[in-house]
Amino acid sequence: MSWRLLKDKLIRQSFAAMLILSLVVIAVILIGLGLKSIPLLRAEDLGTILTESVWSPLNGSFGFFPFIMGTVWVTFISLIIAVPLCILASTYLVEYADDALRKMVLPLVNVLAAIPPVLYGVWGVLFVVPFLSEYIAPIVGAETTGYTVFAGGIVLAVMIFPIMVSIMVEVLQTIPYELKAASLSLGATKWETIVKVILVKSRPGLVAAVVLGISRAFGETIAVLMVCGNIPQVPKSFFDAGYPLPALIANNFGEMMSIPLYDSALMFAALLLFTLIFGFNLISRIILNRLEGKA
Amino acid sequence: MSNVNKRLFKEKIAKVAMQVSGITITGSLFFIIGTILYKGIPYLSWDIISQVPKGGFYMGKEGGILNAILGSLYLATSSTILATLLGVPISVFLNVYVKSGSFLERSCKLLFDVLFGIPSIVYGAIAFSIMVWVGIRASLLGGIITITLLTIPIVVRTIDELLRTIPIDLKHVTFSLGATRWETAKICLKYIKPGVFTAILLAFGRAIGDVAGVLLTTGFSDNLPKYIDEPAATLPLAIFFQLSSPIPEVQGRAYASALVLTFIILVIVICTHLLASKQRKHKI
Repeated sequence: MSWRLLKDKLIRQSFAAMLILSLVVIAVILIGLGLKSIPLLRAEDLGTILTESVWSPLNGSFGFFPFIMGTVWVTFISLIIAVPLCILASTYLVEYADDALRKMVLPLVNVLAAIPPVLYGVWGVLFVVPFLSEYIAPIVGAETTGYTVFAGGIVLAVMIFPIMVSIMVEVLQTIPYELKAASLSLGATKWETIVKVILVKSRPGLVAAVVLGISRAFGETIAVLMVCGNIPQVPKSFFDAGYPLPALIANNFGEMMSIPLYDSALMFAALLLFTLIFGFNLISRIILNRLEGKA
Repeated sequence: MSNVNKRLFKEKIAKVAMQVSGITITGSLFFIIGTILYKGIPYLSWDIISQVPKGGFYMGKEGGILNAILGSLYLATSSTILATLLGVPISVFLNVYVKSGSFLERSCKLLFDVLFGIPSIVYGAIAFSIMVWVGIRASLLGGIITITLLTIPIVVRTIDELLRTIPIDLKHVTFSLGATRWETAKICLKYIKPGVFTAILLAFGRAIGDVAGVLLTTGFSDNLPKYIDEPAATLPLAIFFQLSSPIPEVQGRAYASALVLTFIILVIVICTHLLASKQRKHKI
């Protein structure tokens, strides 16, 4: 008897130790990022770093504005494409599709989530980039190599499909049947019920899904890096090249050691990403947990 | 009456729009895989998957990517094992040992949910600076540690979702028979056994496909990985490097390598699917 209790106790303590270990690692990451960013923040103040647009590490000027704008542009473009498509598709899956179709489509969407970023990048280079430069750009009269924020946005849109669709489907399924029945019995068409009842009722959950999509888009590195052109400038149109934050970190980490403050600047970029994504994820998870608790 | 017709017409348009978006989303999967198949198959050969890069490989001469395939398999296997060894106990602890609904449980689960979304480049960047600080160079070991960190939240979250599906009665019955928490935990794990393998496969898939985390920490090498403290090649990175080459033969090999990676991922996905349907039928 006492052996069993002892074993239970030992296991409890070792499991707790593993939990604490993993939490400590996270704390170390955060503290490490913070400590490493301090030299840069000492040298210049936060406002200047974020709004300055000259990036020239050799001269000691670290303006993050082009990179922030690069990230904002690709994320924005991907949302324009993905949000309407995902809302429409998940509504269809929940409200119109029968079980068989749902059981076929949702696993396929999960496969999309399993595809590694680099393969999205390969697809971007093989298809999206040439498609943009040869077919789309001539239509609007722009001249481009195709390596643009637009290409990044398209690739990202496809990458955030799975997370948005799977969460939106879950959210839409929590809408009580009575609400729909009430609306339909008043003579509303199915589409009117969707627009005026279902989508309104599920708005917080849909917002949470979009925010999760945004944070996925923010952090995506390699696929965007492969198609975005990587020129440190503030993009002015869909057909300009951009240089998002994660790409900056990935491209420059190897060579930064010899230049003062360079590694601090890159760590600051990582800290910026971490904080933004952590915050976004936290907000949307809290919203989703609340919805789940209510249902 | 025309008003009704207009509304019904709107309904039809909306339905078509929804169907089109559904087809676009599902179609994009086939489109991506199709593009890679179409471009990759002509370049795929036995040499590519059975040889290491030889002299002038990156100029388009002979060789293959066996170094990268093996490197990726070593890296993904070891970090998945580590992540499972840490992640499963954490999840069991939070679900069986900690009082359900307590602050500790809720905040830890929330934290792992949030960590799930942290991009690998952040893990890679911090691991790299720690390695520089400690004085370790880019190596297989560095990559394994980084990818383990990346995959722990995946394991914890997936197992957690499975443990939540266990009927509460099952736990109550085992407790009422006088079982300790560990004995109950063993029964719970038995209940979700096929699901645990699903979680492991998910983590493996993520580990083998990641670039940003290994880019800085694992380095690259043309040799077969032999020692854990040496740089090793990884498949996604090999694709990335070869694709940025201006030489058509090398780019062709990038397509073929992408095909190999796609194949590995699809095998994982199919196994996951089979296991998931087994989980649905699985009973004690």
